[in-house]
Amino acid sequence: MGCPVVAELQLPITGESDIVAARQAAREAAKRLGFGMVDQSRIATAVSELTRNVVRYATDGRGRVVIRELLEPSRKPGIEIVVADDGPGIADVTEAMREGVTSGSGLGMGLPGTRRLMDEMEIDSAPGHGTTVSIRKWQR
Amino acid sequence: MPRVPILCFGSTLIATVQEDLYDRDALELQEALFAELQRSGARGVLLDVSVVETVDSYLGRVLRDIALGSRLLGAHTVVVGIQPAVAVTLVELGLELQGVRTALNPEKGLQLLERAYRTERQRGVPGGR
Repeated sequence: MGCPVVAELQLPITGESDIVAARQAAREAAKRLGFGMVDQSRIATAVSELTRNVVRYATDGRGRVVIRELLEPSRKPGIEIVVADDGPGIADVTEAMREGVTSGSGLGMGLPGTRRLMDEMEIDSAPGHGTTVSIRKWQR
Repeated sequence: MPRVPILCFGSTLIATVQEDLYDRDALELQEALFAELQRSGARGVLLDVSVVETVDSYLGRVLRDIALGSRLLGAHTVVVGIQPAVAVTLVELGLELQGVRTALNPEKGLQLLERAYRTERQRGVPGGR
């Protein structure tokens, strides 16, 4: 992105309790950046969805979350969250982004729901090479 | 100790979620409510989520399952106190809380339940045991 990062927080995902820890940390960061209640809820929920995917589908349910508070002189503050795992990966990212497609036990609203809560989302994944999802939201 | 205490008032079970729930706590609440419905013969569940700041697809699904399961156990469920920010998020996330009745606050929720009990009495539906 090339945005100056003011603060960066890294959290490991090792189990279910880290879903709560990650979404609370993301909410705190969003609050610090001045995001309103609705955006705080959107951001915390998006992080909850993505970290749950890791706990459910990644190898041993392990991964990591990075929360970055972004400041760039030319625009309002933003938040970036990167959720990564070394799990089986997604074979067809385009397919995974289609509405109504869920995998595994069908938990979660899948990636399209998460995408709608954020301004930007990128998925980097390949079979056997894990999955990295980056999401961003900017203050209006 | 369960994370969400369940109180029984007359024909109604009242559960107030007081903190950010882990997945297993939400599931535990569902199981505890069903067990308590069977034990007490209560006819309604009032689920207060007014302090819950994050309802993701998992918790949303559990709320829906509580409502559907309670119905099978002869009880109505009303979820009360959904925060406006949570409502916006649920809509955007695309989660439909099918079969879940909601009310703005506990008072309105109780009124809704009382009305459901009355309707059943008038129709002669045996309530509880």
